[in-house]
Amino acid sequence: MPSLARHTLFIAVPLLALFAILPGVYNNHLLLFNFVIFLILAQGVNIIYGFTGYLPFGYVGFFGAGAYGFAIMVMHFQSPAPLAVVVAGLVGVALGLLLAPLLRLTGAYFAIANLAAALAVLHFVANPALESITKGPYGVALNGTFNPTMAYNGALIILALTLGIVVFLRNSSFGLALQAVREDAFSASMAGVNVLKMRMIAWLASALVAGFAGGVFAWYVSVFYPDNVFSADFSIFAIVFALFGGVATITGPIVGVVILYGIYNLIGFTTPQYFQLIYGLLIIGLVLFLPAGLVSLATRRGWYVP
Amino acid sequence: MSPDAVPILKVNDLLKRFGGFHALDGLTFHVSPGEILGLVGPNGSGKTTAINVISGLYAPDRGDVVFDGVSVGGMASHKLVHRGINRTFQIPKPFLSLTVRENIAVALAYGRAEVTPPSTAELLVDFHLDAVADRPASELNSAQQKMLDLVRALATRPRLLLLDELAAGLNPTELDWIAGRIKTLAKSGMAIIVVEHLMGFIEQITDRVIVMNAGKEIFEGTLAVAVKVPEVIEVFLGGEHAA
Ligand SMILES: Nc1ncnc2c1ncn2[C@@H]1O[C@H](COP(=O)(O)OP(=O)(O)OP(=O)(O)O)[C@@H](O)[C@H]1O
Ligand SMILES: [Mg+2]
Repeated sequence: MPSLARHTLFIAVPLLALFAILPGVYNNHLLLFNFVIFLILAQGVNIIYGFTGYLPFGYVGFFGAGAYGFAIMVMHFQSPAPLAVVVAGLVGVALGLLLAPLLRLTGAYFAIANLAAALAVLHFVANPALESITKGPYGVALNGTFNPTMAYNGALIILALTLGIVVFLRNSSFGLALQAVREDAFSASMAGVNVLKMRMIAWLASALVAGFAGGVFAWYVSVFYPDNVFSADFSIFAIVFALFGGVATITGPIVGVVILYGIYNLIGFTTPQYFQLIYGLLIIGLVLFLPAGLVSLATRRGWYVP
Repeated sequence: MSPDAVPILKVNDLLKRFGGFHALDGLTFHVSPGEILGLVGPNGSGKTTAINVISGLYAPDRGDVVFDGVSVGGMASHKLVHRGINRTFQIPKPFLSLTVRENIAVALAYGRAEVTPPSTAELLVDFHLDAVADRPASELNSAQQKMLDLVRALATRPRLLLLDELAAGLNPTELDWIAGRIKTLAKSGMAIIVVEHLMGFIEQITDRVIVMNAGKEIFEGTLAVAVKVPEVIEVFLGGEHAA
């Protein structure tokens, strides 16, 4: 069986099936929904960071923009929720196009500029002068679309799409070429790769899935403030989850979300006072001892990790 | 090389500035299919810069690069690759986290679409990389990285190949062997430009050399004649690489 089919059948499908079944047997639906959102965002970070090397510290910008895209469609155009989610993804892509010049920067400069861009979008959306459009700093309360079950299913569809993108990248010469660009852009161009185009495609794909995620998030919660959907926690969590598991693989970010977001919720529920301490130590240990993530425990031994 | 051969590359009055410094200052030369042209000169004379301009890393500030009758100065590198220009790097830059096989796969998939690409197995065997085919490029030694860099270039089936100090750091046996490989490539019709400090190696494989100094050509002809020209001797004795 070709590896693309194998990865789809043995990783993507079981994960989706698990999260389709879980709401029937586990009551904390919000927690499950958040897991799905972080699976999408961590894989979105994987697409842009794992495959091209751009660390998107302002990744939440696409998520927040998507959430507001959804809200504006519902508030001003009485759009049905699924259509509003599609628009949310497109808003993410539009923001990605607007921020495309940032791809000229590299390393920390890109990360910082991307963070600044996300803050700029937050302040734009939260501007009281735009109250008639975005409700400014006062937040939105959506009527008529509230349906957590449907929103959860929508999130699963977005997760399926995201996993599909990552499985494709992991199994195609397109994904190899992206990694080549990450390793050395000029060498990649001397392999015939159109570096600017490839980077742009990866950037817009990661913007698209974050925009979609923001859309289903808005659908699920229905009431939110700019600070909620533009919270830097989303960027940081998604990046840490992806890095912890190991990027440029399909399984790494999944493992990262399951373990770290799992621990986060366990510690957070029972002993919140220790959470930041333990989490902080975990991240320091990771950076020091496992910079390429958990999967590198296997890849170092020469094992293949899908 | 027969003198009536039509050049595949003509470089015309190239100027390349870095700030106020002229790394290339009116460089003019040509190379024909099947020919191996040596590009020699002291450190900093502009050899790598010439390759960088021809392969699209820099647009020339003046002058032109004509490849196969088309002006290509300043064209994006991947387009030059698709037209049939490729190169190796003085310091090879393979895709370190990818395996040798994956490195080659990228060039095979994205190289020249209109030609049948060479087979990976053949490339691996021809350049002694078959034993490490499934290792990440980061685990190769520097000679193997150079070979991988060359294979990456060859996988795109170039018509013009620019070799930047490919031989540096190879032992005598490896030198003989790679000299043979380069000659075989030229016999197949490829035009090859060889930048090298090892004069014995240049002597062994080139038909003609261009001696560069300070971004200009100061001599064109065979190496045997070059070493008798006072200006050439002066330039080399003045530099670090005394002949
Ligand atoms: N990107 C750059 N920015 C500034 N200066 C540069 C750049 N690239 C090359 N130079 C300068 O241009 C001159 C020519 O450099 P180049 O690398 O072409 O020399 P070279 O003939 O290849 O030398 P070597 O034999 O040492 O490899 C040098 O003085 C070098 O410092
Ligand atoms: Mg050089």
